[in-house]
Amino acid sequence: MAVSAGRATEEPQAENPLTAGLERLPVPPTTLVIFGATGDLARRKLLPALYNLAHDGALPERFHLIGVSRKEKAHEAYRAECEEAIRSFSRRKPDDDVLAALLGDVKYVPGTFDDAHVYAVLGEELDRFEQQAGEPLNRAFYLSTAPGFFPVIVGQLGESELNHHEGSQVRVIIEKPFGTSLEEARELNRKVLAIFEEPQVFRIDHYLGKETVQNMMAFRFANGMFEPLWNRNYIDSVQITAAEDIGIGSRADYYDKAGALRDLIQNHMLQLLCHVAMEPPVSFTAEEVRNEKVKVLQAVPHPSAAQIAGMAVRAQYTAGHAGGEDVVGYLEEDGVPEGSNTEAYAALRLGVDNWRWAGVPFYLRTGKRLARKVTEIAVTLKPVPHLAFSQDGSLGVQPNQLVLTLQPNEGVSLRLGAKIPGTRMIIRPVNMEFLYGTAFLSQSPEAYERLITDAMRGDATLFTRNDEVEGQWMICDPIVKAWEHEPGPLPTYEAGSQGPAEADRLLRPGDHWRAI
Amino acid sequence: MSVSEAVWSAQGTTPDAIEAALRGLLIERHAENDSYVPARVLNMIAFVDREWTGEIANRLRGVGRYHASRLLVLAYEPRRVRLDARVMIAAENEPAPGELALLRETVVVELGDRHLDDLLTIADPLVVTDLPTLLWSPHGHHEIVEHLLPLAQSVLLDSVDEPDAGEALARAGTLAERVYVVDLAWLRSTPWRERVAATFDPPPLRTELGTLSQVDVRHHPESTVAAMLLIGWLASRLDWQPGPLIAHGAALTGTARASRQEVNLRLESAPELMVRGLEDVTLETAKGRRVQLRRGRGGLRARVREPRGHEHEWTIPGASRGETGVLGEGIRQALLRDPTYLPALAAARAMLS
Repeated sequence: MAVSAGRATEEPQAENPLTAGLERLPVPPTTLVIFGATGDLARRKLLPALYNLAHDGALPERFHLIGVSRKEKAHEAYRAECEEAIRSFSRRKPDDDVLAALLGDVKYVPGTFDDAHVYAVLGEELDRFEQQAGEPLNRAFYLSTAPGFFPVIVGQLGESELNHHEGSQVRVIIEKPFGTSLEEARELNRKVLAIFEEPQVFRIDHYLGKETVQNMMAFRFANGMFEPLWNRNYIDSVQITAAEDIGIGSRADYYDKAGALRDLIQNHMLQLLCHVAMEPPVSFTAEEVRNEKVKVLQAVPHPSAAQIAGMAVRAQYTAGHAGGEDVVGYLEEDGVPEGSNTEAYAALRLGVDNWRWAGVPFYLRTGKRLARKVTEIAVTLKPVPHLAFSQDGSLGVQPNQLVLTLQPNEGVSLRLGAKIPGTRMIIRPVNMEFLYGTAFLSQSPEAYERLITDAMRGDATLFTRNDEVEGQWMICDPIVKAWEHEPGPLPTYEAGSQGPAEADRLLRPGDHWRAI
Repeated sequence: MSVSEAVWSAQGTTPDAIEAALRGLLIERHAENDSYVPARVLNMIAFVDREWTGEIANRLRGVGRYHASRLLVLAYEPRRVRLDARVMIAAENEPAPGELALLRETVVVELGDRHLDDLLTIADPLVVTDLPTLLWSPHGHHEIVEHLLPLAQSVLLDSVDEPDAGEALARAGTLAERVYVVDLAWLRSTPWRERVAATFDPPPLRTELGTLSQVDVRHHPESTVAAMLLIGWLASRLDWQPGPLIAHGAALTGTARASRQEVNLRLESAPELMVRGLEDVTLETAKGRRVQLRRGRGGLRARVREPRGHEHEWTIPGASRGETGVLGEGIRQALLRDPTYLPALAAARAMLS
């Protein structure tokens, strides 16, 4: 059950007259605690993001960092690890003085996440920073651990009364995956919301921190020309693709338990679907934006067991070629169990049963070892009602197609029909292209820089609300369950190809998958 | 640093020929590899003394990704009679498979006194239509700025370049009536404004903004204008009525009338500061809170004395942008609009009246 949906994130405050015109708004004084402080995510993403915020002068006036992890080590040793991680993974070369200023008083608390003593020590360190500052500091607990520890850590934070703090805001940031099934997601929500209130909880979907995803909102709601067409009367179908040319690499342990559906569709791709299909929010506040996204998820019918074969396809790649090299198939990848039935490719046909979208198919597909890396949304418009032009010698008048490319070359292209120069009226499709990279001077910040700042500021717009997570799972859970009970072997596709032929059966007559 | 460059040059040429060369080079580059695409963000016209073109080129090279997508350098040499030009189209990196590489265009036109009357007709064909245009004349030449103003949506200037603060502020004010002004002196104060805003952002402290009673700013000897703009910003945001500043040795002092009390103002030159900008900003409230921010290694050093006398000192991390960073920020700001500059400028001018 959704808990606390629609509540305001924070109490309104009197305005600060000095913030007008500033591009960087102040972030309240905060101590950030990273659980799983020595893990891969912390090393590769979180610490470099913190450094880059520090470099830009974008951290709070008062900022402290505490790492919590199982391994025993001294504060100094952890600081050295932080420095090494930042030097290895920062998007810019670190400035030694900034690095020293950032890491100078970083603390480390060793211990297992279920040990109450860890939280007692953590509480002491948090208090010490406040005494030093002479004021209460906001507290943000970042759960960058294996998902199994989320309820353990949240429970311990509650037990040790670190979930609230007099005079300051306490927030918990939870990494994905938020559950591996609807039941788990609900259970996790229940446990988290027994300790924290929904406005304190920031569920990360790092896709939402990408400039490209935020640009979709600007594209739809800052440009009047698309809105009149953005409905079932003019749009024939929507295709969302997140293709990767790489295999699973060294992630077999995680990936074989998750699969493509859980890894990308349940969270990122359903977020993209929501951005395409949502109604314009009344305002761009966290609650209004998320209310509109939840309405979309509620409008997607949950498939019955009998419907799944007709609306979902899964597959595994076999040996093939990628980047001019021979590559192995999924089942031959290091660490993949023999006979695994985990999908490395998933495609779905969904509908959004509301006034705007009824009858328009939304095709979603994702997979590893496909022909190339691309994430895009293709919106195909209905064909013109009458063809006045001869089709002889022509590629023909094809429906207009609007393609929003999220990566690698972020941009928008519109397929139009144009006359081929000559004496006859022969039409062929041409593309009108806009590339974001050609039109802006600034470099996009890493998604985690934006998300960490937003969490510390208490802005939940780019985070997933409890009912949103559950809404996503309600769509994916029946498919996960059906696939778990279906025997293998799975359909296959050659590595480096366009995906399995079986995916075609999801398409309406006349529809085609776009070439990857 | 560009890794791939196409060059064209000609002596005794015309704007039409230069424009045709630009088009030709772009087509060539695209044919060579269709991953090369021209950036289309901003035109920048720099009117510079020819003898200093190397120095200006070095400064612009340092702005990195903030380089204008088309840079038109008008290199002026009074006695030159022939129009010479050079066109360079450069990519910062080779395109990776499946990715794009942006092309940036630089056009250098060498001209003399005899071309000044027709300057608009030389520059106009060489900027990309429908892109915003930023005009910069780092070596003075105010009359040339006037001449080229119809082409520009914004003007880049550095008020600390003017020897007289009053004249600098008056000139910025006059230009701002007709075009958007990006003032590097204002941008040098941005980190300080951000930090002062953040210091007083916690709700209990916001109310203390109304009780500010003293503001001291120490600045590079040539950066009086930057200090005045910072105080002008506080005055305009907090509804102070600033009075005139009076010179006392190396300092300027004065007062501003806030709703509840007088605010004492002091601007003092800091000869030890080696780079343009501010060295130290100190604010005191009538309640006895004192906040000092000063330049330090790895960021601003903050020192706060609470009303009860407790003192805290720490570093707020942040990298120095350096002069090239400030210039790059100036170019980027041509695409934005800061509504607080003009009120700050007006308040700063009031302190000189």
